[in-house]
Amino acid sequence: MPRVWDNFVYNWLAGFLQDWVAFLIMGIVVMAIILNFLALLVMVLQYMDRRLIARFQVRFGPNRVGPSGLLQPIADTIKLLTKEDLRPRLADPLVFTLAPLVVFLGGTLAFAVIPFNRSGFLADLNVGILYIFAITSLGAVGIFMAGWSSNNKYSLFGAMRAVAQLVAYEVPVVVSILGVVLITESLSLVDIVEKRDIPLILLQPLGFLIYLAAATAEVGRPPFDLLEAESELIAGYHTEYNGMRWALLQLGEYVATFAVAAVVTTLFLGGWKGPGPAVLGYVWFMLKALFVYLLILWVRASLPRVRIDQLMGFAWKFLLPLALLNVFITAAEALMWPDFPWLLVPVNIAIALGLVVLWSSLFQLRAYRKVEA
Amino acid sequence: MSQQQNELVTEPVILNMGPHHPSTHGVFRMRVALDGETIVDMEPVLGYLHRGIEKLAEAKTYVQVVTLTDRQDYVAAMTNNMAYVMAVEKLSGIKVPERAEYIRVIMAELMRIASHLMAIGFFLNDLGVFQTVIVYCFREREKVLDLFEMASGQRINFSYMRPGGVIQDLPPQFIPQLKQLLAELPGYFDEYEQLINENEIVLARTKELGVLPADKAINASASGPVLRGSGVAFDLRKADPYSAYPRFQFDIPTGTRGDAYDRYLVRVAEMRQSLRILQQAVEQMPTGPHRTRTPWLIRPPAGDAYAHIESPKGVLGVYLVSDTGISPYRYKVRPPSLINLTTLRDLVVGCKLADCIVIFGSIDVNMGEVDR
Repeated sequence: MPRVWDNFVYNWLAGFLQDWVAFLIMGIVVMAIILNFLALLVMVLQYMDRRLIARFQVRFGPNRVGPSGLLQPIADTIKLLTKEDLRPRLADPLVFTLAPLVVFLGGTLAFAVIPFNRSGFLADLNVGILYIFAITSLGAVGIFMAGWSSNNKYSLFGAMRAVAQLVAYEVPVVVSILGVVLITESLSLVDIVEKRDIPLILLQPLGFLIYLAAATAEVGRPPFDLLEAESELIAGYHTEYNGMRWALLQLGEYVATFAVAAVVTTLFLGGWKGPGPAVLGYVWFMLKALFVYLLILWVRASLPRVRIDQLMGFAWKFLLPLALLNVFITAAEALMWPDFPWLLVPVNIAIALGLVVLWSSLFQLRAYRKVEA
Repeated sequence: MSQQQNELVTEPVILNMGPHHPSTHGVFRMRVALDGETIVDMEPVLGYLHRGIEKLAEAKTYVQVVTLTDRQDYVAAMTNNMAYVMAVEKLSGIKVPERAEYIRVIMAELMRIASHLMAIGFFLNDLGVFQTVIVYCFREREKVLDLFEMASGQRINFSYMRPGGVIQDLPPQFIPQLKQLLAELPGYFDEYEQLINENEIVLARTKELGVLPADKAINASASGPVLRGSGVAFDLRKADPYSAYPRFQFDIPTGTRGDAYDRYLVRVAEMRQSLRILQQAVEQMPTGPHRTRTPWLIRPPAGDAYAHIESPKGVLGVYLVSDTGISPYRYKVRPPSLINLTTLRDLVVGCKLADCIVIFGSIDVNMGEVDR
């Protein structure tokens, strides 16, 4: 049996029930909490998204419904719920209907193993990281289903791009995490947080940067939002979706993005750790995750989109070699100094910066430099 | 032969971009043949915004036609007005007072700034910085429109110019507010250049993209920033000076490569040159009447006249034929947008789908002017 919660509710339940009954009840309760939490969170994220992006763009954003526009997400949800349910006549009905669910599930299931606090998780899998990468890839399948079944050329292009992009970025994402696994000698997310006292971003600055970039691309956020590239493909894979199906796709995207933020928090920023009593762990976790989300948002407001060939080049020629180098360096360090002294922190940061600068001069996004030479 | 037939046959995907598309700037339609993401052929389909302005003009008096010219290039209505009234003045020999010429130049240069701001904003929009740059550009454009509103009472369709001058004199608070704007704008332009010029993704996406060589540009009769981006220093304000332009000092910014990035740079540089012209115009501003008296119904002598100006998009020409009636016998526009647009096919074939949008954005056409 995997490690289970160590909180008073579970202990109290286990006091007069059989173990597995208590486990079942507790599991259902936590699942319900997480699902509802995510639904609410998406509202918060959406509000944050719109307000902050508006600020980046010297405008106000939603400020009419409720105080400071706080009720805007609720109004939007009501609007989406009451919209007519349209489906193109030539769309594949089954796949078209299933696709939003698959996209949504991909992001949501990742939260099963993410520890919000020391005992605030649904399950502590001993292969938690593998599980997350496996399950978030489901989103790619859903996006392809959506694009393919819509019977629309823009959707199809979005879907094709999505497959190419998500498959390509899966590789640097996984390789960049290997450094963390080497340091913590565990694949369980709870272990990873508990193993080291310092946030792993200090020991793995390069891994952090690669993971953030690659994961941003994997969930299709700008500047890698080619799968729904508004100025090129109208809305990409979800061009034909409306009403609640569209909402579900959006929900899936927000949840997947927040999942990235949560994984970054867990792996690199020390998860729930922070000063104060244990119960504050939830707060710390959310603060860190929202900060990472803010970073992703910030990029969205400020960077143009890359082109498909540049996107693939960035994954295979830039991120992947750096991620592999990172693994080698971390492995060497783990062999020589197994307990990772503090001295390694500045060394690692220097190595990370040096490698990024070196590789940037070797690999150019811009093709024109070659023309000039 | 039969073996070849058994092989997997591929054919290009035909994608209709537009007329309903977020990035076709109105109702342009590109019939794009795609091999994967690469464009193998592109056929522009025009005419979705055709309103028959040239025909309508034949049933309106010479002054009424001014309102039609507003609707040609609706983001640069002042310059349309100007080209038209200059043609009417040429046709009927109306003299324009000095002050009116200065007001016209001020309006035309402000219009250039407003139009280029939109062009830059939408160009970046096409690149994928969705909404951000465009809102910043609109912030400044609003200030220019405020000035126009002050002078003409309108924000988009000004109808401000009349044969013989402008409809009304500048209000007293116009010049102070213009001076304030002139002081503010360089800072804003610096801001754009800081944020955009050295952005790695912008460079990667726009440099060496959509290269229009100088000879091709000349052969296509392209004009405006599209021509100057290719390195040809041709500007009607210098080449065939009209209105009060001979009295002002300014340079013609040109690009070197003729790619999308150069066209963007030329636009920013042109806005700075416009500021220079505005500065001089404000300082030299003469007093006097703003309009010569013209008859209610202008009846030009039989004949024809062609007037052209450097509009924000390029050389805007107006050809008028009179049969001594109260309305033009023929009103013909040389729309810079349409002629610049004819270069598009050569530029996009071989590029990626995403580039097609960027190149189109860098040419900066206005469909109202293309279709008329």
